[in-house]
Amino acid sequence: MTVEANDPGLSVAAGSGASLRPLLEWLARRAEPVAIGLVAILIGLALFSLFILAIGKSPITLFQLMYTGGFGSWFSIQNSLSRAAPLLLTALCVALPARLGLVIIGAEGAVVLGGVAAAASAMPFVGIVPPVVLFLFMGFAAAVVGGIWIGFAGFLRHYRGVNETISSLLLAYIAIALMNQFVEGLLRDPASLNKPSTKPLPKDYMLGQIPGMDVHWGLVIGVVACILSWVLIEITSFGFAARIAGGNVRAAQIQGLPVGKLIVGFTAIAGGFAGLAGMIEVAAVQGSANASLAAGYGYTGILVAFLARHNPLAIIPVAILLGGISASGGLIQRRMGLPDATVLVLQGTLFIVILFCETFYGRFKIFNPDLWKRS
Amino acid sequence: MNNIVRDTPLPQAGKAVGIETLGMTMRFGSFTALDNVSIRVPAGSFHALLGENGAGKSTLVKCIMGFYHATSGSLSVDGREVSVASPKDAATYGLGMVYQHFTLVPSLTGAENLVISRTAVPSVINWAKERKDLAAFMERMPFQIPLERPVSELAAGEKQKLEIVKQLYLGRSFLVLDEPTSVLTPAEADEMLGIVRGMTERGELTVLMISHKFHEVTKFADAVSILRRGKLVGTGKVGELSTAEMAAMMIGDVKLAELDSRLPVAEEAKSVLKVEQVKAPDRSGLKTIEIDSLTVRSGEIVGIAGISGNGQKELTEILAGQRPTDRGTVTVNGESYGATRPETRRNNVRFIPEEPLQNACAPKMTVSENLAFRTFDLKSDGKDAIWLNKGEMKKRASSLISDFKVKTASSSSPIAALSGGNVQRAVLARELTGDVDLLIVSNPCFGLDFSAVAEIRARIMRARNSGTAVLLLSEDLDELLEMSDRIMVISEGRLVYETPIRAADIGVIGAHMAGHH
Repeated sequence: MTVEANDPGLSVAAGSGASLRPLLEWLARRAEPVAIGLVAILIGLALFSLFILAIGKSPITLFQLMYTGGFGSWFSIQNSLSRAAPLLLTALCVALPARLGLVIIGAEGAVVLGGVAAAASAMPFVGIVPPVVLFLFMGFAAAVVGGIWIGFAGFLRHYRGVNETISSLLLAYIAIALMNQFVEGLLRDPASLNKPSTKPLPKDYMLGQIPGMDVHWGLVIGVVACILSWVLIEITSFGFAARIAGGNVRAAQIQGLPVGKLIVGFTAIAGGFAGLAGMIEVAAVQGSANASLAAGYGYTGILVAFLARHNPLAIIPVAILLGGISASGGLIQRRMGLPDATVLVLQGTLFIVILFCETFYGRFKIFNPDLWKRS
Repeated sequence: MNNIVRDTPLPQAGKAVGIETLGMTMRFGSFTALDNVSIRVPAGSFHALLGENGAGKSTLVKCIMGFYHATSGSLSVDGREVSVASPKDAATYGLGMVYQHFTLVPSLTGAENLVISRTAVPSVINWAKERKDLAAFMERMPFQIPLERPVSELAAGEKQKLEIVKQLYLGRSFLVLDEPTSVLTPAEADEMLGIVRGMTERGELTVLMISHKFHEVTKFADAVSILRRGKLVGTGKVGELSTAEMAAMMIGDVKLAELDSRLPVAEEAKSVLKVEQVKAPDRSGLKTIEIDSLTVRSGEIVGIAGISGNGQKELTEILAGQRPTDRGTVTVNGESYGATRPETRRNNVRFIPEEPLQNACAPKMTVSENLAFRTFDLKSDGKDAIWLNKGEMKKRASSLISDFKVKTASSSSPIAALSGGNVQRAVLARELTGDVDLLIVSNPCFGLDFSAVAEIRARIMRARNSGTAVLLLSEDLDELLEMSDRIMVISEGRLVYETPIRAADIGVIGAHMAGHH
């Protein structure tokens, strides 16, 4: 990835007619995050290969298995998509505040509390209302609780000057403790012996599969949430105001924009999405709220959001990619005798490399039309 | 020849060195920033370097100081050709530089900054001894700087002085001063330059000063070199060149925008901004800002003069709704004003803070987006818009870009890619279109080049002439004298003096700025 290698393209850009130039500029600006993201993934995979070599295994076999386990068959693709569903929502919980300049890493807290709220709100209505209405209740309760949780981190940030990264992380620990408190006490189903859980949803009250696929509806909810978020951020005036505040809070204040409301509003929406992820885990996967809710989706969401550069549409492919990587964990464990956590090492490596590659932005002439020769 | 790094502060024993560049050329890719420049600065002289932004002044001094390696050409110190590969090498030859931007560590005190700036700091510092040495050293210095306070608590003027003191403390005998007086009062600037000049006359120091202010050049420098577009276009003794000739060489044949001819402020002009009995804590929380009465009328420019750090920043923050007040009222057009978006919009209030890239723009957003900050949430019929109209945004941006002559590769370039003058033009384009009742401007021309300054002042003057009330806060007294109808002086958080421009006396204003009232 050198500037020289790209130079032929550059001279074409500079030499072609004036009518082509706007298109080339547009392409160049869009290509930068894609190219740098891909390079980051390649570097991450190379470092991970060294790690695999160091423990005496073949990285090639591992990558083949990873492909097979994640995307090699219709079965594994469906598995990957199912795992991507909650990641779409937790990634939004990181990406939306990030557009306002906030680094929120506590989506996990909103996921578990959203799950508990969904399970609790379902209990009185099971068997009374039709499933669709029940899902609306559950989704609403989960989104509200998740929204309050992350919105509170935003509130502390703006009105009390508390660092939102730390507060959202600490709030996540509190949330997990609260969940344990609820599922082991007030909301515990007496029938759950080894694993304290809330009362499971009956089979016909589970969020079902998308017709023709072995993937639950959570995927659709996640994709719709990503599209709505993109619309909110990119083409509404609220999103534009948020981007101004994220780009320079002083400039936003001087324009009289309500920065505090924007911060609380966007963090609340973000938390609402993470809460929905918890509801989906309960309604589509677990059937009840229990300690399995804290499965790390909130943390993997951070990786997805950063890799997607906080662009809600880019979150969709990235979440599917990361879903695939985690789906292949089981296969790698069985075939290569490596621990399940191997994929976590890969995720961690990728994250570090992605943060490192942030420094590449603006360094390459090919992506920066401002440095091109005037034609 | 003194080729060892002098760690001990001995400015009095310093002996000035002279330098000479020969055919200095610096190319960045295909762009020639510096083209065959030869200047001679003899030992003990005070040499001024004039030129617009981008003329190559910084490039030249960076080549001298070893930050850049010149593509070709050579540097001699005291007649001997030397190779300066790094600022460290430059220090060996006694060459030092005071930057326009501060290089002090904000969290450390002045004394700590001075001591740690030495090349060989002992691993265990004997502070008692250092303090004694510093006190003795400061006795000989013309500046009064509180050395025991953290630098972050110092005002800009004090920081700048400390920067100069630091170089002298390090025993440099050739100093590059990059616009050293931009944050000082006229009296302070005169004093500082006078003392520096004295040191050059005594043969203790050689100075190469980058400046935009002709009166400083004519008053203090012996000789001047003028750069334009990387080329040396003129050099000579100060007495032999008139200011007009220097200006002509600097800007070439560009025609400067002229200030609108001034209409007198109408007797019955209505008050637009009224600040009464306002009291608020300052940034340190230790002192207060108290503005008893400040009125700006329609069609009038009220200039606020003051040394930086005397409450200007707090005053602008109060007006922008960013600093809560303990008491008092701010009214615009007769109604209470809290700087919310609806209030700002209803009363046509516009705000142009200093350093617009840091305070009024989102640097990574595009020029077109930055130009839309004020209007993105309005439909063409004036109602609130939910959806962004990107096409309209682009169209509006291109017309503003051409109206205000903003130089940018395209409207989709990030605004941070623009030069300072063009960022300021873009901000003016955004804030000065449409009806403006009240314009609050802070240091609008800080760090901008000659032609940009003239044009920006003309824009503000034109707004005034069309009935806008303008509150101009500036650290540049020349600017205030040129622009204002009335001048007020802010000192220690209070407005202490007021004069109509016809009766303005620079000496009296300067005395009030310096706290004599």
